[in-house]
Amino acid sequence: MKLIVAPAPHAHSGDSVRKNMLNVIIALMPAFIVAMIAFGWGAVITTAVSVCSCVLFEWLICKFLMKERSHVGDLSAVLTGLLLAFNLPCNLPLWIVVLGALVAIGVGKMSFGGLGQNPFNPALVGRVFLLISFPVQMTTWPRPLGFSGSYLDAETAATPLYTLKNAIKAGDSSILDELPTLWDSFSGMIGGSLGEVSAIALLIGFVYLLCTKTITWHIPVSIILTVSLFAVVFAAIAGLPVCTFLGTTLCAGGLMLGAIYMATDYVTSPMTHCGQIVYGIGIGLIVMIIRCWGAYPEGMSFAILIMNAVTPLLNMYIHPKRFGEKKK
Amino acid sequence: MNTFRIGGVHPHDNKEFSAHKQIAAVPLPQKAIIPLVQHIGAPAKAVVAKGDKVLVGQVIAEAGGFVSAPVHSPVSGTVAKVDATTDAWGLPMPAIFIDVEGDEWLPEIDRTADIKTECTLEPKKIINKIQAAGIVGLGGACFPTHVKLLPPPGKVAEVLIVNGVECEPYLTCDHQLMLERGEQIMLGIDLVLKALGIKRAIIGIEKNKPDAIAHMAELAKKHPGVEVKPLALKYPQGGEKQLIDACIGRQVPSGCLPIEVGAVVDNVATLYAIYEAVMKNKPLISRVMTVTGKSVKNPGNYEVRFGTPLAQVIELAGGIPEDTGKIIGGGPMMGRAMQNVDMPCNKRVSGLLFMKKDESVRVEPENCIRCGKCVDACPMGLEPYMLAKLSAAQNWDKMEQLNVMDCIDCGCCLFTCPSHRPLLDYIRYGKGKVGGNIRARQMAAQAAKAAAEAKK
Repeated sequence: MKLIVAPAPHAHSGDSVRKNMLNVIIALMPAFIVAMIAFGWGAVITTAVSVCSCVLFEWLICKFLMKERSHVGDLSAVLTGLLLAFNLPCNLPLWIVVLGALVAIGVGKMSFGGLGQNPFNPALVGRVFLLISFPVQMTTWPRPLGFSGSYLDAETAATPLYTLKNAIKAGDSSILDELPTLWDSFSGMIGGSLGEVSAIALLIGFVYLLCTKTITWHIPVSIILTVSLFAVVFAAIAGLPVCTFLGTTLCAGGLMLGAIYMATDYVTSPMTHCGQIVYGIGIGLIVMIIRCWGAYPEGMSFAILIMNAVTPLLNMYIHPKRFGEKKK
Repeated sequence: MNTFRIGGVHPHDNKEFSAHKQIAAVPLPQKAIIPLVQHIGAPAKAVVAKGDKVLVGQVIAEAGGFVSAPVHSPVSGTVAKVDATTDAWGLPMPAIFIDVEGDEWLPEIDRTADIKTECTLEPKKIINKIQAAGIVGLGGACFPTHVKLLPPPGKVAEVLIVNGVECEPYLTCDHQLMLERGEQIMLGIDLVLKALGIKRAIIGIEKNKPDAIAHMAELAKKHPGVEVKPLALKYPQGGEKQLIDACIGRQVPSGCLPIEVGAVVDNVATLYAIYEAVMKNKPLISRVMTVTGKSVKNPGNYEVRFGTPLAQVIELAGGIPEDTGKIIGGGPMMGRAMQNVDMPCNKRVSGLLFMKKDESVRVEPENCIRCGKCVDACPMGLEPYMLAKLSAAQNWDKMEQLNVMDCIDCGCCLFTCPSHRPLLDYIRYGKGKVGGNIRARQMAAQAAKAAAEAKK
């Protein structure tokens, strides 16, 4: 009888890359359902095109450029496609979506050697590329009218963050009256990128991710706490109504989507919990600096990409607490 | 519920196959092969030669130093030869071959089932008896027990921690031993407390053995100072450092022994052996081992005399299942996969696990996705992904800086890795290299010191 000999351990948890990616995809489904309710066919078509082109580009690059076995089965390209779509307005011309997918997968991921090697979040690389190249199309937000509205010539609306920015610039809190109610912001009936509008749906996904131990609380909670603290202090000093300002800051724009799903990307976030908290605080501060004083009303993508660049440093200098280590 | 504070994983415990199976005695072999290296430390030296008649319990090899243990004959008969044999991994080891004739014991050994509770021996005598009986840690490391009972000068033992955790999946021999021979284990604890001159013992048992917790807690009522601590389920809680942390909340510093924080740790099987040696004059010649696996016909707990071919134990358990891919000596987390089953049973083998073919092959590794799960899982607070990367790059100095020598080989990193990366393989390799570098440095320093003194 031939026996297999290998070093210990001989057991495995059964965890896999695919399972983790699938969990994040499942966690994003409530947000996708709200996106469909809010934006109708636009949400479905944009998402489908983005996911399909990401998978296709990854497969083509693996097959013809890198000439190796394709890893499409690990679902990471599907997730990148999903996240990219969630960061786009639902009426974006489809060729722009395809271009975004090409940059995300081609430049953001495969040029570094594929899964695990990329320093920056691929979906955000794609999104920021589009934001800079097509600023008009990328910041024209359709009103949430569900399946009733026409998909391409949708009515457009200012996002809550844009209103907030105007109020800050003018120093006039009466502008804030134009904001949607906090409940609308929380549930997702506001203008914005298709997957980011519903804070509640994103939070449901967060609970799922925590329960399945796909991610830990450290990054999202440190981002949200930092942003909240910053928002309260800023609103108080600027003389804006604290509750409205805080609520809109947290619920509108890409904050929840970024904090829960993009900043927590395994590959581009720090390895230790302590490092993750520093990383989260960094993202929280940068996003608020951009939102309060920068040119853009939204800064989540930039904040995450900047902290992605800091991640290797955090990994190098922040180590976990060792067993039996004495405090100095 | 108490547990250790850093890392750990939750493998499926798979103990249902052999749990609560009565300990069964394995019949004597016709030829026994008794290895001389059954412990950590210097090999034992044979004191018998070809043609000698031996009785059960007679010393056939004496300890090769302080950190060593004598070997006693587990059978009676004639010594056929003193020669080398190969272990289950193909490595040569010295051994004594005995042709078994009958089952005659040394007269001073008490073979009755009576439980002896009175011990009038002084502490020193108790330790001498333990040393003479060849007792080593039966939890798996096989470190000679008497060494632990003689703390180095300046160190004081405060508490005895009894390892009834059995955190390795599948294994149930310690569990069954606690159920069937709990009173003897308690008396063993009393003996060790007396030997160490201390008053407090804590028995750590994981909560997946509620009957053992209840039974031992009931027995502990009659033994002042002995307390049972139920522990939450988490691997590697049976690791010495983790168990001390779980039981008394103290962490043994890097590179130190448990005595540094006032703890002495002994496994329940070791304590049972101590009782037998001190109260019944019976040296360590047998142990209880678990034979188990998902397709094993009669999985169970077997009491085996050392030197019995494993094949004979396997026969009793229903033979090697057809779908076997791997046979593991020990549990699935830290046990070793064996090349063959020709090896005799010895002090080290706590179990035999038959794994099915489909569970035996490792999954092809993928790229590291930097999820950090290995960092979370490491019970020593190390960064396995980084150590593995450094090992692949042969950066031994950086590995040493990142405390690779703290690694306890528990396998949590590889167990938890979603990309199935062979983290521990890399780390083990690096640990070997770093250990070699450290020893070379120490020897060079000693040589330099000696040279400087010679000059004077």
